[in-house]
Amino acid sequence: MLKSALSQLQTIWTILQHSFTRSETVQYPEQKPYLAPRYRGRIVLTNDPDGEERCVACNLCAVACPVDCIALQQGVKEDGRWYPEFFRINFSRCILCGMCEEACPTNAIQLTPDFEMCEYDRQNMVYEKEHLQIDGTGKYHDYNFYRVAGLAIAGKDKGAARNEAEPVDVRSLLP
Amino acid sequence: MAEPGLGTLGTIAFGIAIIAAAVGGAAVLTWFERRLLGIWQDRHGPNRLGPFGVLQVVADMLKLLTKHDWVPPFADRAVFVFAPTAIVVAMLLGFAVVPFGPDLYVLDLNIGLLFFLGMTSLAVYSVLLGGLASNNKYALLGGLRSAAQMVSYEVFMGLSLMGVVMLAGSFSLRDIVEAQRELWFCIPQFLGLLTFTVAGIAESHRLPFDLPEAEHELTAGFHTEYGGMKFAMFMLGEYLGLILISAMIVTLFFGGWLGPWLPPVVWFGLKVFALICFFILLRAAIPRPRYDQLMTLGWKVMLPLTLLNLMATGALALWWRA
Amino acid sequence: MNIRIDGVEYPATKDRNLLETCLGLGLNLPYFCWHPAMGSVGACRQCAVLQYPDEEAEQAGRGKLVMACMTPVSDGARFSLETAQARRFRQGIIESLMINHPHDCPVCAEGGECHLQDMTVMVGHRDRRYRGRKRTFRNQYLGPLVHHEMNRCITCYRCTRFYRDYAGGTDLAAQGCHDHIFFGRHEDGVLESEFAGNLVEVCPTGVFTDKHLVHDYTRKWDLQSAPSVCAGCAVGCNTLPGERYGRLKRVHNRFNAEINGYFLCDRGRFGATWVNDERRLDYPGLRGEDGRYNAIDHHGALQRIVSSVERGAVAAVGSPRASVEANFLLRLLAGPARFCPGFSAVEQPLVGEALALLRASRATVPDIATMETADAILVLGEDVSNTAPRIALALRQGVRNRAYAMAAGLKLQDWQDAAIRNLAQDQRCPLFIAATAATRLDPVAARSLRLATPEIARLGLRVADALAGDNSNDYSHDNSHDNPDDHSVHREAAAIADGLRDAKRLLVVSGTGSGDIAVMQAAARVAEAFRDTGREAMLSLVVPEANSLGQALLCEGNGSPDLDALAASAEAGEIDTLLVLENDLYRRAATDQVDRLLANCQRVIALDQLDNPTTSASHLAVPAASVIESEGTLVSLEGRAQRCFPVFPPHAERHPAWVWLLATLKELGREAVSDWHHFDDVTRGCAAAIPALAGIAAAAPDHRFRNHGVRVPRQPPRYSGRTAMRANVSVHEPKQPEDEESPLAFSMEGLNRDQPAALLSYVWAPGWNSNQGLHRFQADVGGPLKGGPAGIRLLRANGGATPLPRHATAAFAVEADEVLLVPRYRIFGSEALSAISPGIRELVRPACIELCAADAERLGLADGDGVQVGDNAAALPLRIDDAMAPGCAGYTAGYRETAGLAPNTRQRLRRVAHFSPPGPTVIGSDRGGRHG
Repeated sequence: MLKSALSQLQTIWTILQHSFTRSETVQYPEQKPYLAPRYRGRIVLTNDPDGEERCVACNLCAVACPVDCIALQQGVKEDGRWYPEFFRINFSRCILCGMCEEACPTNAIQLTPDFEMCEYDRQNMVYEKEHLQIDGTGKYHDYNFYRVAGLAIAGKDKGAARNEAEPVDVRSLLP
Repeated sequence: MAEPGLGTLGTIAFGIAIIAAAVGGAAVLTWFERRLLGIWQDRHGPNRLGPFGVLQVVADMLKLLTKHDWVPPFADRAVFVFAPTAIVVAMLLGFAVVPFGPDLYVLDLNIGLLFFLGMTSLAVYSVLLGGLASNNKYALLGGLRSAAQMVSYEVFMGLSLMGVVMLAGSFSLRDIVEAQRELWFCIPQFLGLLTFTVAGIAESHRLPFDLPEAEHELTAGFHTEYGGMKFAMFMLGEYLGLILISAMIVTLFFGGWLGPWLPPVVWFGLKVFALICFFILLRAAIPRPRYDQLMTLGWKVMLPLTLLNLMATGALALWWRA
Repeated sequence: MNIRIDGVEYPATKDRNLLETCLGLGLNLPYFCWHPAMGSVGACRQCAVLQYPDEEAEQAGRGKLVMACMTPVSDGARFSLETAQARRFRQGIIESLMINHPHDCPVCAEGGECHLQDMTVMVGHRDRRYRGRKRTFRNQYLGPLVHHEMNRCITCYRCTRFYRDYAGGTDLAAQGCHDHIFFGRHEDGVLESEFAGNLVEVCPTGVFTDKHLVHDYTRKWDLQSAPSVCAGCAVGCNTLPGERYGRLKRVHNRFNAEINGYFLCDRGRFGATWVNDERRLDYPGLRGEDGRYNAIDHHGALQRIVSSVERGAVAAVGSPRASVEANFLLRLLAGPARFCPGFSAVEQPLVGEALALLRASRATVPDIATMETADAILVLGEDVSNTAPRIALALRQGVRNRAYAMAAGLKLQDWQDAAIRNLAQDQRCPLFIAATAATRLDPVAARSLRLATPEIARLGLRVADALAGDNSNDYSHDNSHDNPDDHSVHREAAAIADGLRDAKRLLVVSGTGSGDIAVMQAAARVAEAFRDTGREAMLSLVVPEANSLGQALLCEGNGSPDLDALAASAEAGEIDTLLVLENDLYRRAATDQVDRLLANCQRVIALDQLDNPTTSASHLAVPAASVIESEGTLVSLEGRAQRCFPVFPPHAERHPAWVWLLATLKELGREAVSDWHHFDDVTRGCAAAIPALAGIAAAAPDHRFRNHGVRVPRQPPRYSGRTAMRANVSVHEPKQPEDEESPLAFSMEGLNRDQPAALLSYVWAPGWNSNQGLHRFQADVGGPLKGGPAGIRLLRANGGATPLPRHATAAFAVEADEVLLVPRYRIFGSEALSAISPGIRELVRPACIELCAADAERLGLADGDGVQVGDNAAALPLRIDDAMAPGCAGYTAGYRETAGLAPNTRQRLRRVAHFSPPGPTVIGSDRGGRHG
């Protein structure tokens, strides 16, 4: 009883001491905080090291999104690559949780340290592929999905991916 | 009725000035409290509008004034509209008996203390009716809590002041202040001060005793359905209550306007200001108790303490006189 | 009977293997090669469990690894699924399967509904430890329907077991050896089997995928689907079409134990994407003075329909592919005497007769599952592989009953697939086929006869007589004993009757495909005669379209005019307004005849989905929702009324035909419809008005039904992109569309479990993302759904009241310069709508006339010549096909070019000078498939 009363008093004293501590708040628009490269801000779509679109329209970001704010439609390019015919993020719904980045098997979708994306018109928060696509590899510089995956595309035949053997001759019965 | 200190016209003018000052003070408090909380929580608080952000008050007011004046279709309309006005009126009436200086008062009732207790008790109707009229589960629970809390804390609130009355021998607040020329009652009535402070916070349902509101459990408790100016009235009532309780504590325990060198009203103001800061510190420091803890504290700790104080004061007073 | 699994006692059934038992109990046991419809071969070694000989061994943990799919259950047997030994073994198998798996799930059309993914997660395999190089293959071009990606193969052999053993295909096989096993054709080319599309669902991973889907891909979790019924033919297979962004993406099989089971034909699977066609009508079009159509809104269209109907004599043409409800409302609008069911003049008596025979016959009218129990089959004049392909697949299973009988003799369980096939080799139940040309069932037939249509009828009648032991009837008027052919028909009939001696359950299949009533009558008589010998007979008559039988039931016995009668009354000026419902009349009759009919009507209002010659000839073209976008009841060839539900709300001003027609009737102030507000009201109204259709209201639960208090969702629980799909139009999300006509919801809210089978909108269970999760919806693994059967049989076995007709048929003989025109159906092309679906469009070949070489020589014609039938028909290329019966000229039925030809008429073929044959169809636009 007495102990708990003392504890309350101690609390009050501790808080009172904070009258003389420095404020932690950063005066944001005048004073910009340091944001780590892995900060979860505005979402971008990146290119692979060869400058080709990384996104293969697998839909995993869309299904991982807890607010369902990503919609896309797959298409197939002439060279055999899958790509998003459209890729839309409704940032007015986005909670910048980064689940899409976690889910992305090709490192295409990445969150950036830019969070300053206020708009007076909500419609402007709807970003299409041309708003999302950047000309660079983002945080991951080396990964190229098609160099690893078994799907053949123009310029990379069957058996040409990393760790792949030449296509077998199915007519051969040699051991 | 006591004799008027300022004459009739002066009293009316002073009454209006008090209302203006109290309401204005309450408004500034909304900003001041946030700044102070900010400082204690290592932040800045509202600092953007005007010098030190004081114009935040104006911005908030404009916002509240321009909000949609909405009454939910399922609410009991008349009561819903009436409830927030009740608390403001009750609290403002409470100021009538507060002596701001030897001759600065609106009324000097010989039952001034009882009048004050009566007015603060009226305030509970506001919360209760607001909660009931909203026709909303959270609001109803908030209203019920406030009723129970008021009933519990009302009991020892009055009793805790009886020691002061015994020592001063009067219910008139002026007389009580005058009686402290030798010694502020905060010394002999330390227990009374403690219990009255707790009861006062509970009465104005400020943190840590804001269970009727309890935004973590009841969204916003009794004023869940309120918005715009009606919501602002509740808030106004709360801040008025804070000022009033501080003023009463100063009057009853800290010698009211008494003090050397400075004019009496300044002394009064400084003391009230210090107490308000203390209440804000309590808000910053102490977490909200659980409901059962609140009841335990009221009935099992505060009430016995008050009674003890009353008996000790009585016995000592008798012994003194004898 | 009880077994113990991991120390827990479970009930078990004797003729089940352990894998089926475990799955039936809800235990998760991974597997690949076992398939509920194809049994076990124990090839993949994935379903390993530990079996203990006795309790002591179980305590000590000493048991042997067995493959659950190859292990029969016996009372008191003890197994463990969870023991470390079995788990490690299963994990090891998956790890070995994944050694060469190509790391391309993100670009695989199976991803998200992949059995291999499910099983990998189930065993807990995560990290690849193998550091060697992956074996790779080159893909093959397998046609415009199925995409091949061989690297993903796990060698479970399900594809060849389905394609070769189950569906009788020959051009897909396992090739190579050791870890170079390759499943494909001997060279690039279109897969020949009409059931090749099932490989998409049979393959547990992404080796075979739906090519249309691969090029406009949506994951399974994003597909909105609803129970639907295939409108490709009259079988009424249950389907699950999947939609996203307002486009139909793919059609999957919807399991129905009594009809399609696990499999669809390619017309059903790939033939519904025409609903995405750009020729779909979006807005009502009013023809202006200049012949152009101006878009108007639905109010305007409705006003014009109403004023047209009010202003004069109305006649209507219904459609055997439109729902019962739409046809019923149209019939209500025009009156029974002025409602033409929409068949061609040739079809109408044929379908009517089919219905009459099904009613009159005392033989069972079988569903497909029952057909598969037949131990002798006689097919008379119907090319089921092309007119009702799913029946052909059933017949292939029927002939295997000999194998099962042999297996039973050795006490082999039915699921021992490899053992039974080895045991039976080529021994099959007798299947006799009499047709005007070769059929794809010939390789499994005991005897396949090429006869002209009248001969088929005579053969049937003689078989019936032989079964009845009566040889006194002579069905030919002419001096048949001088006709050498007749002797052969006699001989063949005797042989067939002899072949049926040991049969216990005879299935007779015939239908309107021969174009001859006598053939169907003969079939009915065979079934009757067989039944009279005290054995069970089944009679299945194939009708042309999805709701042909429903249309026949609607118009039964009230002398509805056929198209010729309608044309005559139009000629007489008795029709002011003609309403045409979902029917391209230019496919029903000769072009000049339809032109005359339409010209003789003052106003023609066409209600249809697509821009076609009929809508182009109309004054007002009204857009109708397709079968995928609207609710409706269709009556299949066995008389089963089945409900289909809209998969997605139709765009623009497309509305279901019943909505247009009900609104019209309401505007007209018709008393009968004043209380009808919902689709269910129309269904009930139809059931009350037409006694023969009294059952249709019970085909599916009505719109008030709730499954445990909630609706059945159309969208799977992981449906994504809800807040972004329409954000390009407006960031303010609209409310999900509400479905006031059915118990399904256009959202993911609701309960997709324990519902009536007619409301199964998708197959998904926790841990079972692929279609293999179906067993969670079945009352018994591989058996009927928990929700009971879907649809309701309208034809009850009440035969025998009316005696079967006995028509005499003249023996067939051709004049020197004449041929008998016989219809030849094609799975791709004879059905108008599926033929324009992408993919199938590439496989449709132009209409032609087929003759055997001898006849061509007799008539002085050569392959590739242009020939004209009669005087003013279109010129068609001639194809020499020695599989044609002598004296018969096959014409490709169901095409606009051949719409005016009457089957089984003797015609002269005229050679057309300066005929340029249509160029060869270019197949091979692989759309990147070579890379893919």
